[in-house]
Amino acid sequence: MIVSSPLLQVADLVTRFGAVTAVDNVSFDIRPGEIFGLVGESGCGKSATCRSLIRLFGGASAEIAGGSILFQGSDLAQLDSRAMEDVRGNRIAMIFQDPMTALNPTMRIGEQIAEGVRRHRGLKGEAARREVITLLESVGVTSAASRLAAYPHEFSGGMRQRVLIAIALACRPRLLIADEPTTALDVTIQDQILKLILRLRDETGLAVLMVTHDLGVVAQTCDRVAVMYAGRIVERGDTRQIFSRPAHPYTRALLDALPAHTGRGTRLKPLGGEPPDLSAPPPGCRFHPRCDFATAVCRAAEPSLQPIETGHDTACLRAGELGL
Amino acid sequence: MSGQAHVVEPMQADVSPLLEVRGLSKNFGRGRSLVQALAGRRGGVLQAVRDVSFSVRPGEVLGVVGESGCGKSTLGRCIAGLNAPSAGEIRWQGRPLAELGDRRAASRLIQMIFQDPYSSLNPRMTVGQTIEEVLVAHGLHGGRETRAARVDELLATVGLSPRHKERLPHAMSGGQRQRVSIARALAVEPKLIIADEPVSALDASVQAQIINLFEELRDRLGIAFIFIAHDLNVVRHISHRVAVMYLGEVMEITQADALFEAPRHPYTKALLSAIPWPDPDRRTTVTSLEGEPPDPLHPPVGCSFSSRCAWAQAACRAERPPLAAYDESHDVRCIRMYEID
Repeated sequence: MIVSSPLLQVADLVTRFGAVTAVDNVSFDIRPGEIFGLVGESGCGKSATCRSLIRLFGGASAEIAGGSILFQGSDLAQLDSRAMEDVRGNRIAMIFQDPMTALNPTMRIGEQIAEGVRRHRGLKGEAARREVITLLESVGVTSAASRLAAYPHEFSGGMRQRVLIAIALACRPRLLIADEPTTALDVTIQDQILKLILRLRDETGLAVLMVTHDLGVVAQTCDRVAVMYAGRIVERGDTRQIFSRPAHPYTRALLDALPAHTGRGTRLKPLGGEPPDLSAPPPGCRFHPRCDFATAVCRAAEPSLQPIETGHDTACLRAGELGL
Repeated sequence: MSGQAHVVEPMQADVSPLLEVRGLSKNFGRGRSLVQALAGRRGGVLQAVRDVSFSVRPGEVLGVVGESGCGKSTLGRCIAGLNAPSAGEIRWQGRPLAELGDRRAASRLIQMIFQDPYSSLNPRMTVGQTIEEVLVAHGLHGGRETRAARVDELLATVGLSPRHKERLPHAMSGGQRQRVSIARALAVEPKLIIADEPVSALDASVQAQIINLFEELRDRLGIAFIFIAHDLNVVRHISHRVAVMYLGEVMEITQADALFEAPRHPYTKALLSAIPWPDPDRRTTVTSLEGEPPDPLHPPVGCSFSSRCAWAQAACRAERPPLAAYDESHDVRCIRMYEID
């Protein structure tokens, strides 16, 4: 892999929703053309992290309480809301799990894509129309010209996600944030959308932040990945390192719980218990109440991310001795 | 678990089936619009389930897989008596299901579990009330105290403790709620449970807990399952046999290992290659299947999969292929099943 300087550098990011610290000291970077995965279970803070990057909290009263988000030379955490609006949908675009709620149901597909083309690219009239058709074709919508007048409800879930990706691409962003983009889709349609994202990355050098709960999606698409638990990153590294040499007991437990990794006739190895309540997280390592390897020190001291091999960090006090 | 002698070995062909489904179809009429009515046209008919036949032996887990709109949920609802079939027959231990009595009698034998336990549990009833209600409705475990003991026993079976009795659904996690709906289904001691996407709303670690619970029930209580799901890895793990549905039809049905290791139908092959395998060393770059399923109101003439199939020929588009035996335990609805690979 060619090591280039990062496109996005997130350092010690803290985001609070009232008394709840949803994102707690999160750090990672994404290089141009890289697909970076953020994986974890519901409520682990992966969505809150990506929403912090573009400050879209869907009406919830959230605030970035610390850290920096360096993107193309400026700290997004310091930008005022006007300047942020310029970044959003221009240099950073986002697609969501449910494309139906992200599209305007009363507006024709062509018009929704044209909005971005006109606003961010300054194209008008026939030139804008031609660009919309090109965009739709690039995301695999066939006979695009004849579908401009359709409304979102006339499209299937997979086609709506393609439209959303076309809208995201309209401004030629450098970073695409994809928040569970295929979770609501059937497996063959999911496969089509993931292959589309990979192709767009290869053709345009787009960087992607892929947020997912699905380790299969991570394995098939991501170059590097961060595993989140209870608001923190517990492990970070190359996808191959994470899957072949998981160094945090939580990552290990997630991989062990997969039916695909367990032969038929053998019981799965589920992770006992439930994730902690983030308004009152446990002291020490947040995973210790569910961890098979926890000792007294894990209950007292907070682990920080430490390198275990080149490019592979884990936040486990016992990582060295466990050799997971 | 193989050491338990009392467990019925479901794979023995000579064990008579618990449930037989023969030529089951379910149509949903689409009412005529005013324009259609004035023009004297008939409304469309959506054939959600088309001519489905299979059997389930005692203690057997039959997985049913397919994508949204393939009819797998409607099939489950027809068997559970929640939808009336348009055609075909459902037989229970050799007799028509209807001869067993009313819905209540059938529900003593067949229970259903749904994807979202939050919407299938009454939010204003405690867990204890929810389970006890079933016992009262079916006249089981007469006295109040024996009923309370039975509720505790059912909760223990699904891995909950008696202290959960006073809880309301909203105060429980998704995994715990699904355990409650399983306990409710077990209350009548059913012989068959139809589980419709029972783990797809759960996180991976919780999913594994619930799958283990299903396997325990299968092995300990000898309950048969029809396990409907879109997650093929989950289905493979739990099922003895698997049926693959597409546009209302069964395209392939066989033993789980044979289906996953040597699928014969082009749709099954595509479905399997579309699974994002959790192994970065096994990456695929080719899209497994192009296009989208056809409009179920206007299914293709001939084979329903012919419009997307890479192997389709003129004959495939001319006539609907039968579900034919590939070998003694493997049925495939494809006229080219011996040629393709």
